[in-house]
Amino acid sequence: MDLHLTEARATAAEQSAVDKILGAPASGWDGGERNVATDSRAAFGGHEARSRRHLLLPALHAVQSHIGWVSPGALNYISVRLDLAPAEAHGVASFYGMFSLTEQPAVVAHVCDDIGCLALGAGAVCGELEKKLGPAGSACLGGRATWKRSTCLGLCERAPAAVITAAGEKPRERVVAPADAGAIQLLMQDGVAGKLPAEPDALNIRASVPQAGRPELRLLKRVGQVDPASVEAYQGAGGYEALRLALDMGPEAVVREMIESRLLGRGGAAFPTGKKWEALLTQRGQGRTHYVVCNADESEPGTFKDRILMEGDPFAILEGMTIAGLATGAQKGYIYLRGEYPLAGERIAHAIGAARAKGLLGDNILGRGMRFDIELRRGAGAYICGEETALFNSIEGYRGEPRNKPPFPTQAGLFRQPTVVNNVETLVNVPEIIRMGGAAYARIGVGNSTGYRLFCVSGHAVRPGVYEVAFGATLRQIIELAGGVGGNGRLQAVLLGGAAGGFVSPKELDTPLTFEGTRAIGASLGSGVVMLFDDSADLQQILLRIAGFFSHESCGQCVPCRVGVVRQEETLKRLVHRRPLGSPAEEIGLLREMGQAMRDASICGLGQTASSALESALNRWRLFS
Amino acid sequence: MLKAVRKGAKMYVIDPRRTTSAQWADVWLGLDVGTDIILANAMGREIIAAGLTNARFIEHATSGFEAYKKFVEKFTLERAERETGVPAEVIRQTAHAYARAEHAELCWTLGITEHHNAVDNVLALINLALLTGHVGRYASGINPLRGQNNVQGGGDMGALPDRLPGFQHVENDELRGKFERAWGAKIDPKRGLRLSEMFDAMERGELTALYVMGENPVDSEADRHRARKLLGGLGFMVVQDMFYTETAALADVILPAAAGWCESEGTVTSSERRVQRVRAAVPPPPGVRDDVEIIFDLARRLGHDWGKPNSEGLWNELRQLSPIHGGMSYRRLEELGGIQWPCYDETHPGEIYLHGRLWATPLIGPRAPFSAVEFAPPKDALDAEYPMRLTTGRRLDSYNTGVQSGRYSSPLRQEEALELCPEDGARYNVREGEKVRVSSRRGSVIAPVRFDSGLRPGLAFLTFHAHDQVATNDLTIDAIDPKSGTAEFKATAIRIEKCQEN
Amino acid sequence: MSESAQAPSPLIPLPRGPVPQAPARARAMIEIKMDGRTVSVPEGSTIIDAARQLGIDIPTLCFLESLTPVNVCRICVVELEGSRTLVPACSRKAEPGMVIQTDSERVRLSRRMVLEFLASSVNVSTAPMFAEYMKRYGARPERFGASPATVAQMPKIDNDLYVRDYAKCILCYKCVEACGTDAQNTFAIAVAGRGFSAHIATEYDVPLPDSACVYCGNCIGVCPTGALMFKSEYDLRLAGQWNESRQTRTDTICPYCGVGCDLTVHAQDGKIVRVTSPVDHSVTHGNLCIKGRFGWQFVEIQPAPKKS
Repeated sequence: MDLHLTEARATAAEQSAVDKILGAPASGWDGGERNVATDSRAAFGGHEARSRRHLLLPALHAVQSHIGWVSPGALNYISVRLDLAPAEAHGVASFYGMFSLTEQPAVVAHVCDDIGCLALGAGAVCGELEKKLGPAGSACLGGRATWKRSTCLGLCERAPAAVITAAGEKPRERVVAPADAGAIQLLMQDGVAGKLPAEPDALNIRASVPQAGRPELRLLKRVGQVDPASVEAYQGAGGYEALRLALDMGPEAVVREMIESRLLGRGGAAFPTGKKWEALLTQRGQGRTHYVVCNADESEPGTFKDRILMEGDPFAILEGMTIAGLATGAQKGYIYLRGEYPLAGERIAHAIGAARAKGLLGDNILGRGMRFDIELRRGAGAYICGEETALFNSIEGYRGEPRNKPPFPTQAGLFRQPTVVNNVETLVNVPEIIRMGGAAYARIGVGNSTGYRLFCVSGHAVRPGVYEVAFGATLRQIIELAGGVGGNGRLQAVLLGGAAGGFVSPKELDTPLTFEGTRAIGASLGSGVVMLFDDSADLQQILLRIAGFFSHESCGQCVPCRVGVVRQEETLKRLVHRRPLGSPAEEIGLLREMGQAMRDASICGLGQTASSALESALNRWRLFS
Repeated sequence: MLKAVRKGAKMYVIDPRRTTSAQWADVWLGLDVGTDIILANAMGREIIAAGLTNARFIEHATSGFEAYKKFVEKFTLERAERETGVPAEVIRQTAHAYARAEHAELCWTLGITEHHNAVDNVLALINLALLTGHVGRYASGINPLRGQNNVQGGGDMGALPDRLPGFQHVENDELRGKFERAWGAKIDPKRGLRLSEMFDAMERGELTALYVMGENPVDSEADRHRARKLLGGLGFMVVQDMFYTETAALADVILPAAAGWCESEGTVTSSERRVQRVRAAVPPPPGVRDDVEIIFDLARRLGHDWGKPNSEGLWNELRQLSPIHGGMSYRRLEELGGIQWPCYDETHPGEIYLHGRLWATPLIGPRAPFSAVEFAPPKDALDAEYPMRLTTGRRLDSYNTGVQSGRYSSPLRQEEALELCPEDGARYNVREGEKVRVSSRRGSVIAPVRFDSGLRPGLAFLTFHAHDQVATNDLTIDAIDPKSGTAEFKATAIRIEKCQEN
Repeated sequence: MSESAQAPSPLIPLPRGPVPQAPARARAMIEIKMDGRTVSVPEGSTIIDAARQLGIDIPTLCFLESLTPVNVCRICVVELEGSRTLVPACSRKAEPGMVIQTDSERVRLSRRMVLEFLASSVNVSTAPMFAEYMKRYGARPERFGASPATVAQMPKIDNDLYVRDYAKCILCYKCVEACGTDAQNTFAIAVAGRGFSAHIATEYDVPLPDSACVYCGNCIGVCPTGALMFKSEYDLRLAGQWNESRQTRTDTICPYCGVGCDLTVHAQDGKIVRVTSPVDHSVTHGNLCIKGRFGWQFVEIQPAPKKS
């Protein structure tokens, strides 16, 4: 297209970072050195050049991680390379929290102050950092580092948590959890000195999966037991048996088993997985490209189960996706990984490489002529991208704004092609189902809640972590699994399902944590969050933090959500600070009206659930009288 | 076009410069100025050689294919690469893509027609459409894009030396007779002079009086020195215009005219043959009259009282005489948002494309002929003294000689400058903004330099939007295409010298 | 040069051929129920198409016939039987058997909230339809108190043709669509930022003259709130001289190139004050270029004789 660029030009380092993703430019028109003899006689571009827009996020990531920010010159270079207007590229870059469009220090500590960490001392950590390093966002350590407050980092079982990133020729990221201000500062100093240590190779399994090694485990059976970096070890532990079986069965039979299993999606929306697969299977032969997308953008505050699976058993996810590819006629799969999960990213990337080398991905899988490959894509700090259509836009190189449905992903998903989106945990169930058969799987659990389920227990629990149970366990049983209520031992409230879920009171502990059981008490399972708060926790502050979370994460596309989440936070602030307009009851009425409009008229689940935690609390406690 | 591109259409742009359109293209072919015929003939040869012709269409609706096939034999891809500069493989790909497309259009503007062999350029393109059957069908065709809002309408209304309204030939006795009967007057049965022929006639002293309406030939004609000299030497010139133009400054009588598009009633015809209504939105300034009123007054002074002008009445008279406008009542033009001619009667919807008759079985009317057109290089040859090729064109925010467009403040507008590629800048040791003297065999101007990497070494670019800054047409050559009467604005041989005062 | 074939004589008019037709696809009819009445619309029609057929007025802000529906303002939501949430009438396609309520209490509440959200955060004083909608739905934006967060900011005036007053922007995306894929394909502006800070911007907020803007004004043509305005109109308004009751609107054709764009000339007291283009015209659907939109000033300015 006819690009109009400002004068800013990329530095050699910026160009090289971008070229790592996009390859060397093909001509002077493509951002390379001009060769007058050839360039002035022909140029190629058009559709082909513009078809690479989906590489925008990877290119921005490359610049961000190598340079530390995305300068106008770097953005111009990316624009030329992708034949994309710089205003568009800027609009995309500015959407994502991980890209800085202003110059900032190379070393950044992202310190979680979200609800889970807040309950376990994040406030104190931030306070201390403020004293040691100055206010959040200010330069410190000789101007070469800074620290920022962050929404949930998905490390809730080891709260409070932080992630330190160090941009440079060899970019580094390092998680620190549980974190204290001293440890954070030391790591920042390491980063400034160019010596930020790599992530430890082994997961601290006792801290994350207290059940690890127990024989009854299905989804977590290999986590902490089988080397996640070794495809041979995975195969030795029964891995890829299900894929072989599936290849023998053929796509129709695989889909039949999936339907029979009555597996419901574990990402939060609880849609029957088999039905989705069937929708693609029946569209085969229509000349469209089918895709399988693994939604690994786990961002719901209090959720970390998918991270544990990716860090601890990455091949199981690949196997599940490959079976999905077989069943749906897709030859390409994408894993859209949450940007803040560096170790999971490494593990998955390594696993994809190892699987390809072993012929478990590629053009002739297991020598059976099956073609399927997987590409890993990193998100860039936007909760909304966990919404499946926003996720598509993000992969395609657009702002992560959800699309209106219909059309549904199975009709027009990634690149407007038929697409199946499955959550990480859902996919890990797939090999189990193929192995045991759909009917046998459906016999596990109760009612429509079939099979196994992971719960992320955090907050004031004695042993926070991921827990696996067969469906049917009550909330009380889950809490007991986690060693009971921690903190001061007096339970005040449980947040089920995360920020988009709702609170339940100690009176409701005998609720079975099934789809039906939670629905019966007006709650939801969501992504399996079970966050406990003892009675020292300030529920009003927690509600305020949740409201702030939605203000921060609303994509801004539709009016009810864009303005609604801000008005909700403002109204709540007035109530918390005892400065209501009129009576508290009037303010609560206003909150409920806003809540209804957001629920009814927002485009996507974010706006539709932005008031649910607040309303669940208003329904259970007299908070502001 | 971008709408179509957005829907998946592929676009190939053939232009010496890598223009903004070229930047959208899937493939850009940067040929040398004036080598269009070689490229078109080589594409034709390749389409035939690769067996990609539409043999059924050629058989059904065309004539002269065998002669054409023999003729283009010498236009090999290798020769085309040598003489146009475009790699043979790129020409081959383009030919194949054009021939294989289900629908394909050839669109062009003045890069094809402002040459000494303009009509031959067009014929060479028509050959390609005939070879492939990309004509006379929906979303296929050959499409000259008009640069002015009513240049088509001027032709429609008979403002051509050999045509009466509706393209009816003045030398056809029956057609001319129809007009003579309607108007009660004799019409000269011989065709008149084209603009370029008029200048020759002035030079010979045969044309001594001129009535110029809404045109600024002093600035817009190639070889401005000659145009100014000849117009200044006329015995009598009337200029009827909205503006006091350079041409008006030479006139004996100036008739101030209203703005046709917003101060008067009537119709215009767009590039797609769509006739639409223009309406008076504001009154003209005092003393300024509508063109038609002026003509009516002139008739009255000459002894013919035509009454009071009425645009709809005039239009209905045209509809009586021009069959292709017959069904275009003011009411229908309004209701349908314009109608594309031909529109023969009030039940006819107008036609969204032409030449559909070529696909009718049996064929309606004469066959469409292939034309074997030979290549002839630009008249203004490059040599050691004038080694650079200057080509001219337009910019988005400006229009022709700038009399209309120069009067609003455009944030896009820059000072007129000679555009060169950066490599030529280095060769002539000039930086952007520095002034150079640009000389051709006819004249010389001073212009600042601006770089555009869409140009290549040896190729320079100017517009003629701002003659008060750079009098581009002091340089251009009035080498005229004998068939169309258009001058070769697109190819001038120039020399560049860095000015001392920089 | 055409020695090989005989061209038809130009003296003889070519005969008439068959009348060409654009290919058209037959569309099945779909029956739906709306506010208790039955309506039949061609396949592919939206709920709003069906509503218009019944004469039901559904409010819209971000919708325009000539643009791809973005369904972001959500004021057009209607209640669809069986749907958990309300659905946007502007983009939701009619499906056989749909049962729709266009003015239920639930619908009215969401519309009222949308209006209150916008009117409490944006200056809607020059948005023509707002006052009427606010009355219709009983919106009271003052419910959010005296100091809710707003998008208030200074107008951006960085060229002689446009004023961008984003304090009046409801983020309807229309200008972005008109600048981009739906019309101009220039992409000088995009939505930047996220959430309440999402806004329309050039790259890094550079001034318009440094951006890719080609001043077609198509963004102004689609702006529903007056956030984007012709400088000519802005100046007259600022001087208190803008008076639409003294204005005439006349449709005519652009005096520049051969495309044949329809212009609506707005004249006040016999002087042109702005030029727009009707969105329902088949040639360019309301879109113009810089010359058509702004190049009319030669009619109004008395040119001095040019020196030669």
